[in-house]
Amino acid sequence: MNSIKQKILKDRLFEIAIIFFTALSVLPLILILFQVVKNGIGAINLEFFTHLPLPPGEKGGGILNAIVGSFELVFIASIFAIPLGVLIGVFLAEYKNKLTDFLTVLVDVLQSTPSIVIGIIAYLWVVVPLRRFSALSGSVALAIMMLPLIIKHTKETLKMVPSTLKEASYALGANYTSTLLKVLLPSALGGILTGILLSISRVFGETAPLLFTAFGNPFFNINPLKSVESLPLLIFKYALSPYDDWHRIAWGASLVLILIVLSLNILVKLIIEKWEARF
Amino acid sequence: MGSAILKIRNLYAGYKDGGWVLKGINLDIYKNKITAIMGPSGCGKSTFIRCINRMHEVVDGARIRGEIYLDDRSIFGMHPIIVRRKIGMVFQRPNPFPTMSIYDNVIAGYILNGIKLKREEKDHIVEDALKKVFLWDEVKDKLHVKGTFLSGGQQQRLCIARSLAMGPEVLLLDEPTSALDPKATRVIEDLLEELKKDFTIIIVTHNASQAARISDYTAFFYLGELVEYEETERIFTVPKHPKTQEYLSGKFG
Ligand SMILES: Nc1ncnc2c1ncn2[C@@H]1O[C@H](COP(=O)(O)OP(=O)(O)OP(=O)(O)O)[C@@H](O)[C@H]1O
Ligand SMILES: [Mg+2]
Repeated sequence: MNSIKQKILKDRLFEIAIIFFTALSVLPLILILFQVVKNGIGAINLEFFTHLPLPPGEKGGGILNAIVGSFELVFIASIFAIPLGVLIGVFLAEYKNKLTDFLTVLVDVLQSTPSIVIGIIAYLWVVVPLRRFSALSGSVALAIMMLPLIIKHTKETLKMVPSTLKEASYALGANYTSTLLKVLLPSALGGILTGILLSISRVFGETAPLLFTAFGNPFFNINPLKSVESLPLLIFKYALSPYDDWHRIAWGASLVLILIVLSLNILVKLIIEKWEARF
Repeated sequence: MGSAILKIRNLYAGYKDGGWVLKGINLDIYKNKITAIMGPSGCGKSTFIRCINRMHEVVDGARIRGEIYLDDRSIFGMHPIIVRRKIGMVFQRPNPFPTMSIYDNVIAGYILNGIKLKREEKDHIVEDALKKVFLWDEVKDKLHVKGTFLSGGQQQRLCIARSLAMGPEVLLLDEPTSALDPKATRVIEDLLEELKKDFTIIIVTHNASQAARISDYTAFFYLGELVEYEETERIFTVPKHPKTQEYLSGKFG
């Protein structure tokens, strides 16, 4: 009897400890969110989304250039990274040889490479030959950062697709290409989309690789061969400025950025719930 | 005896490493009959039926030698796609395509092979195939639901319908009921008896009473060799080979 009571008590203590430490680790997150919302919400109005920044001292203005720039950078990066990442993921899932072993290591290395280094690579590959900062060079840097997540998710989900589906497809006379396109990839679609969205939400907030590639631009620009603004770059510059107005804008931009990334993550959750294929 | 639709001659098959798993199989499969393939685990039953629709060759490093004739034409002289359309296959575990509806699963063979069909043709094929497997009445109101939402037995019948939709001559089934409960098993057994009017059926089974119930001929394999091949009634009443006798009396398996 006594020992059972002791066990229950131990159980209870353990539970309390877990809740306590969970709360402790979530607390900073909540504080950050609270701080950003509190300081950012005041800056946000319609003008904030539809106008360009004004010189210091003038009231109002917006961050249209940064929002458009951020989406453009990620859009161009996706055009490179999604097809290439999915293709490499398929290759790694379907084959096993020296080359795939090597690629697997490479992907791991790439994933842990600091983003500033990837920025330098994109600088050398694109900025130096073109002799100018450009959205394109920023997108190349972001694309390189997106690859590992897309590759890994594609590979892992494809590996989870039961081999019996492949057999069923072959037994109906299908060839490899249509088996891949119409059976394997659709079955793995949920996981592949998850990888894509996670990689997008990861690079959306990247600043370092854009510093000497996309560079930033106080004017509206969508030409990929010219420099563009992006949300993280704008936050970086405005937060370091000596002007109160600009600080306010930096907070507002931070809130917008956080909301975008948060939505992407919620989207991922929804996709996982809805499209987890049942085998 | 009827006419032989399949003639297997001196068939050897093996995998990347090791020797032959099948060692010189000679066998005639009769049209519109159910032939059961029996034998202890690992004796090469699955390997054997996978040779018949050239699925064995899909395995990396697989080897095969000998001849298989379908209607007196060598299947190795035909394109594998044609062979697999004429000889359908159903697997041990039901494996409908999880991203496809019931409707699309039935015509999956056409979708996967890029064969365009008119709407009415598709409707006709789907209804016909689902009726053949006694599934039409159960699913006709939910054809656009995913195939994986069905019960195991229904899924297996859907897989049979998927094979039948391609209009095969022969249907290969590798232990099609071993993952199903007795009731679902019974439905499939009744179904096969019905289907043999139109098709020739080869079924691998571990279940001797199932073979006795539904098959016309039984082939007994042991260690990659065909030990005995007889009318089912005879093999179950007067087995010639001592190994067959031992197996059927449950001494090993
Ligand atoms: N993909 C493979 N690679 C290598 N060896 C294999 C492969 N598949 C089967 N084998 C071997 O071939 C032999 C025959 O296997 P097979 O699957 O044909 O037996 P089976 O009679 O169907 O057995 P069971 O009743 O357990 O299904 C076994 O020894 C098995 O280990
Ligand atoms: Mg088997």
